Amino acid sequence: MIKHFLDLEWKQFTRSASFGKSVALKIIMAFFALYFIAMFLILGVAMYPLLKETLPEKDPFVVFNGFIFFWILGDLVLRFFFQKLPVMSVKPLLTLPIKREKVVNFVLGKSALSFFNFLPLFAIIPFGITLIVNDYDVSSIAFWMLAMVLITLIINYLNFIIESLTAETELAFLPIIIVAGSLFALNHFEIINFADVLSNGILAIANNPLFILVPIAILAVVYYFNFKILRKKLFLDSSLKSKVQEVHASNMEWTRFFGDVAPFMQLDLKLIWRNKRPKSSLMLMVFGVLYGLFFYPNPVYQDMEFLFAFVGIFVTGIFLINFGQFIPAWDSGYYKMLMSQNIKYKQYLKSKYTLMTMSVIILFVLSIPYVYFGWKILLAHFAAAIYNIGVNTYVILLGGSFNRKKIDLNQRAAFNFQGTGAVQWIIGLPLLILPIGVFALANYFFSFEIGILVLILLGLAGIIFHQKIMTFITNKYLASKYKMIDAFDQDN
Amino acid sequence: MITTTNLTKKYNSNLVLNIENLDIPKGQSFGLVGNNGAGKTTYFSLLLDLIEPTTGHIKNNNILVHESEAWKPFTSSFIDESFLIGYLTPEEYFYFIGELRGQNKADVDALVSKFEDFFHGEILGQKKYLRDLSKGNQKKAGIVAALIGNPEVIILDEPFANLDPTTQIKLKQIIKELAQEQGVTVLISSHDLMHITDVCERIVLLEKGEIIKDIVTSEATLKELESYFAGTQAV
Repeated sequence: MIKHFLDLEWKQFTRSASFGKSVALKIIMAFFALYFIAMFLILGVAMYPLLKETLPEKDPFVVFNGFIFFWILGDLVLRFFFQKLPVMSVKPLLTLPIKREKVVNFVLGKSALSFFNFLPLFAIIPFGITLIVNDYDVSSIAFWMLAMVLITLIINYLNFIIESLTAETELAFLPIIIVAGSLFALNHFEIINFADVLSNGILAIANNPLFILVPIAILAVVYYFNFKILRKKLFLDSSLKSKVQEVHASNMEWTRFFGDVAPFMQLDLKLIWRNKRPKSSLMLMVFGVLYGLFFYPNPVYQDMEFLFAFVGIFVTGIFLINFGQFIPAWDSGYYKMLMSQNIKYKQYLKSKYTLMTMSVIILFVLSIPYVYFGWKILLAHFAAAIYNIGVNTYVILLGGSFNRKKIDLNQRAAFNFQGTGAVQWIIGLPLLILPIGVFALANYFFSFEIGILVLILLGLAGIIFHQKIMTFITNKYLASKYKMIDAFDQDN
Repeated sequence: MITTTNLTKKYNSNLVLNIENLDIPKGQSFGLVGNNGAGKTTYFSLLLDLIEPTTGHIKNNNILVHESEAWKPFTSSFIDESFLIGYLTPEEYFYFIGELRGQNKADVDALVSKFEDFFHGEILGQKKYLRDLSKGNQKKAGIVAALIGNPEVIILDEPFANLDPTTQIKLKQIIKELAQEQGVTVLISSHDLMHITDVCERIVLLEKGEIIKDIVTSEATLKELESYFAGTQAV
């Protein structure tokens, strides 16, 4: 049976319209994966000597175990944003003589093979080996490594439970951040010292292998919970028939201000507001605005001026990147209709452009309080906003004309926690790297002000040639019209 | 109104449609029948410029459909559910289509109110999104949306499928009225030979992409088609 499932997965991958693009993306992903593997390997090998040097009076093994609590917290948050439960279209399988348990076990089993679960091994194994080389007891280190693997798997399944519990809510990412944040705070202010408790627990496993049963039991429990959640979703009426939503209508007369673009803007606003997936990109704006707080309060970054441009582009452009890269796939469900309707392509694209520009302006205004950390930051954000409006919006619209992957807004398929995956962030990279590179060069060879000026000039050039660029992009879309219609007609 | 000349469509080397010549005059109700894979939907898709012709062309009111977009203002269609926007309510969808076709809300309201009977109280004022309606109700909304904005050409693919018997009968009346009283050119395809002979003045039978029969509908047409599809008559 598993062989059949694997076969289906392979066919789904190779036969989809976006196959070519997926392969290119997969290659980029592979580079990232290799990078992380290298980092973890270095970490694993260097850990022992490093700890020995910095804290010579302490046992490196004990010190390392003290970090595990933070690793678990960080890993949980990261996975929440980047790791999604493998998607499988189960509807056709439901009526076939296949036990539901089998489908669920397959999906859960497949998730255990995720890259996220292998990554820690690259640090844990070399570290374990160096420990053994340095005369630690072989069997206790072996059990310690086993415990680490079990913890990784526990995090893996715990993440899916959290995701499925929060998937229905709108600010899905808030609970995880609040919980992780408060656990961290409780620990940090030593109200409850989780790090020590956990560290002692793991040391206990190393000393007495019998305790390994504890993580095994926890793993069994989280797996069982996942199993139950998914098993419940495997019925037609619970997952395939979505809840009927009550409509909140508003006529949005203010969009009339934008003239003939108005009907499309209304449509886009409804699209964003009424569908879970685009709505999450709206919610990410909150996260985006606060992003600067990771950097600016830290005096280390005060002199790294190229960073201001990076944060600026990111903060003012987070909606643009998130929403923009799925143009026109957001409309893929009814693309055929749009193409046979009496519409001007240019208006359609203009609406998306207006929407993204508005988001940049709003985000810039919201980011003005960062001036508290220095006027240079405000200036950098302003330049970044102009650049986003004048260059990045076009780049992302142009990129959209190569878009061949359908988005199913109705998302009736089970297991479909559509949201932000790692792939989505990678597409955003050129939008970030290019301006930062330009700025960093100008900043390095000339001055901060010149760097700002270059970004603003590039942005202004884009704004001045708006009509020309839009016509060019429109023609690109027209040229790939048939291909897009064909691709959006396919299910995967 | 619609002239098709030397039209072919090939997928790889597989010829799926080959129409040398087909003229549909203004105000005709035109029916397309044929088994699965006969090329009905392919023809409609070509007519709407959703796919590219391999050779030949279609002229809609003397406009080449795959070169100009000037046919769009007077042509409307409903091919399948992918023509609907799932996250809109039926009213919003009608207004949106109306706006694209240069109609204000009052115009759309006036038109839609004529179809209250057809909707059977299950479409308007339900506070439901289109995606939450049943397949049949979605189809009703789609068909009515295709009537917005006084189109001169209306294309409906399989309009009778998924509809309940009451609605099928009402739909037949609507189509007849459009062609006879308002001079609209209506193109429909169907597997239901009864309905299509009832509604259409002219029926073209496709098989493997070729026109096999081109009949002006009469009393004998239904029998003729039935015996053809039963395979009892030599072509």
